[in-house]
Amino acid sequence: MKDKLTQTTLRNGMKVLLKEIHTAPLISTWLWYRVGSRDEVTGNTGISHWTEHMQFKGTPQFPGAVLDKAISREGGTWNAFTFLDWTTYFETLPADKIDLALRLEADRMVNSKFDAKEVASERTVIISEREGSEDEPLFKLGEAIQQTAFRVHPYHHEVIGDMADLHSMTRDDLYDHYRTHYVPNNAVMAVAGDFDTKSMLKRIKDLFEPIPRRKKLPRLARPEPEQEGEVRLTVEGPGETAYIQVAYHFPNAAHPDFFALTVLDSLLAGPNNLNMFGGGISNKTSRLYRALVDKEYAVGISGGSAATIDPFLYTFTITVHPKRRPEEALAALDAQIQKVQDELVSREEVARAIKQARALFAYGSENITNQAFWLGYAEMFATYDWFLTYLDKLARVTTKDVQRVARKYFQRKSRVVGIYLPKSGESQNA
Amino acid sequence: MPKTQNVTSRRRVVRFAPVLPSLPGPDDIHREVLPNGITVLARANFNSPSISMSGYLMAGALTEPDNKLGLADFVSSALMRGTQKRTFDQIFNELEAVGASLGFDSGVHATSFGGRSLAEDLPLLLELLSEALRKPVFPKHEIEKLRAQLLTGLSIRAQDTSDMASMIFDQILYAGHPYSRPGDGYPETIHAITRKDLVDFHRLHFGPRGLVIAIVGGIEPKKAVEEVHRALGGWQVKGQKDAPALPPHKNLKKTVKRHYKIAGKSQSDLVVGTIGPRRRDPEFFAASLGNSVLGQFGMMGRIGSVVRERSGLAYYAYSSLSAGIGPGAWEVSAGVNPKNVSTALNLIEKELKRFVKNGVSAEELADSQANYVGRLPLSLESNGGVAGGLLHIERYGLGLDYYQRYAGMVRAVTREDILAAARKYIDPEKLAVATAGP
Repeated sequence: MKDKLTQTTLRNGMKVLLKEIHTAPLISTWLWYRVGSRDEVTGNTGISHWTEHMQFKGTPQFPGAVLDKAISREGGTWNAFTFLDWTTYFETLPADKIDLALRLEADRMVNSKFDAKEVASERTVIISEREGSEDEPLFKLGEAIQQTAFRVHPYHHEVIGDMADLHSMTRDDLYDHYRTHYVPNNAVMAVAGDFDTKSMLKRIKDLFEPIPRRKKLPRLARPEPEQEGEVRLTVEGPGETAYIQVAYHFPNAAHPDFFALTVLDSLLAGPNNLNMFGGGISNKTSRLYRALVDKEYAVGISGGSAATIDPFLYTFTITVHPKRRPEEALAALDAQIQKVQDELVSREEVARAIKQARALFAYGSENITNQAFWLGYAEMFATYDWFLTYLDKLARVTTKDVQRVARKYFQRKSRVVGIYLPKSGESQNA
Repeated sequence: MPKTQNVTSRRRVVRFAPVLPSLPGPDDIHREVLPNGITVLARANFNSPSISMSGYLMAGALTEPDNKLGLADFVSSALMRGTQKRTFDQIFNELEAVGASLGFDSGVHATSFGGRSLAEDLPLLLELLSEALRKPVFPKHEIEKLRAQLLTGLSIRAQDTSDMASMIFDQILYAGHPYSRPGDGYPETIHAITRKDLVDFHRLHFGPRGLVIAIVGGIEPKKAVEEVHRALGGWQVKGQKDAPALPPHKNLKKTVKRHYKIAGKSQSDLVVGTIGPRRRDPEFFAASLGNSVLGQFGMMGRIGSVVRERSGLAYYAYSSLSAGIGPGAWEVSAGVNPKNVSTALNLIEKELKRFVKNGVSAEELADSQANYVGRLPLSLESNGGVAGGLLHIERYGLGLDYYQRYAGMVRAVTREDILAAARKYIDPEKLAVATAGP
């Protein structure tokens, strides 16, 4: 990596990562907070995501409507994302306009209004967002699996939250969540692009250091007990297509086994694309595509995990072939899992997974926004070093490692099998 | 993002295509026409170790008979299912082994293709492209597998309120015109397509004449042209058919509303709109900037402000303009709770009336103009973004200096131009209104 990287921590505890990249006249800034749906207790599920929405509703200095216009006028893009472990806000702008983003983020770390009327109108927007998701079979199935796999750990609910809580949460709940978690010592600022590190760092200090450090709550620590037997569930809903999801408990991203599992995932289900912006590649010669789609048990197969702080899930998703029963497709999947447990995979397959990862990295590096994303994202579950050494760690994975992790993690007793059963709808249309 | 991650976001994530130190122009775009009629466009970006390749040829759904709708789409999906040299599995094994990708798609007018790879693998990518274009064999068993996948896709579509509202909208707006037909067909037409149909469609419509290919990334443009020449320069097709002319369309005489019922859904989608300009029409820029004010700029423009921000009715509500070779739709889309459909429709119709009556304010126009000019570096950031830009220039004959003239053209649009375009294309009493939901 020839690009200049700087890491430092401000006096108030806010971590800052800067990476100079001079390939385009653009800068992307990402402000990450260590708060997500796993920090939510019953009654307040979905509060992190709703708070994220409220952060676009304005401060006295930057009223909501002004913000959107100001970024758009400069030709920039901005958005925010809420996940299990984190919430993040980004702006990508022409390099000479980036000060707007920095001022805005410093301001809304402290001064967002959470106006009661805005809370009311956003409530229905988020309910509408959830209703849209509920129309997707895979959302319903995924939600059922997640709550089954996690009884104790707060990864048990969807990021968007339960409908009951979306109806009952109040303005003060939201504001309290904001004031509790949006503090500099709970934040990481990552900036990549066409800037001079010294002046960028000075500007960030000028804007953010005056914000005082505050007490930081410890995160909920309720480890999930080991699962002691396979759980099966079904979800019924409209449609003609059956889906299966099979979820295995999986280690956290900083765990050494994560990398052997990444190789295993690549050869079973196709390479997992970790880039937020950049797209992936097909999986038509993965073992599972050959065994399930080519053999017509399924019309589609994918697999993947997420990089998380605590152990989460690896999930296979199968779109069942219309001529097959879900159990037949599941048996075909199980035969392939058995195979990687019984027989060593070839060295060529491992080498291929590594080349695929290298190509995906190259695609991701075309884009400043994606590079800035990685600076902060890796800090959320490990450190940026995790990203920098990712390809090297993959390169050290052996065929025996792959077999060992296949045996250790892909066990029936620690999985949840969910089947979406379509109930053919009686849709008559005029 | 990891494939199964349930990230939730303030707005629906749109993959932004996406920059180089300066805007592409005649100095750094290399354009060459090969003796067999293939146009090659190339631009180097040595900051990138990879390349993006994309292109099109004029073979699309326009020529499909009504009982074989989805034929062009079926052909484009089948091209990589086996060639004279390689099986389906061998083709994808070559690609995936080096982390490359290649795919085909089709529209009303054209079949398009796109792929990317590390720069070192461009020759492989072009070889596979060439085989798929020139020597597909449409193996019977692969065709049947593909048919089952296409049919499953259609049964998923039938459950998707957004897809169905769009389909019904096109049927209302373009009644009797090829644009009224869904590119992926209907279950009965997909059943009706035979292997011979695929073979014939490929034989009659595929050839080098009119084929355009753009290559952007870590390779010298001249070298890129040589590679294309090596892979596709020898392609000759006798009797390659010209694309037929697009028949004229009829405007609606009054507002036409239609609902498509899908039981068991918690959200309804609605699409409201009219027929807009073609990409080459003189009103295009005015209509496009007007559309930005109406339903794009900031948080989805005026439509987003009224339907989402002020009324809290929807997670998404925006307008779009899809000007192409023919007159595309100018439409407003929203996803709302079923009980709010008529409220949302009223708000949208009110905004359309206001837009046609008063146009846009000077400040709104200046905002959208600044956005159009300012976002150019971001939209041309990646190799794929530049390749898409080069194809756009070629397809509509915009000139290699288009991106350098772009800011001037955007700033030349006046409020009067926008008002005239709005009135020319939008009549709030003659709209197509499609809804899908419970």
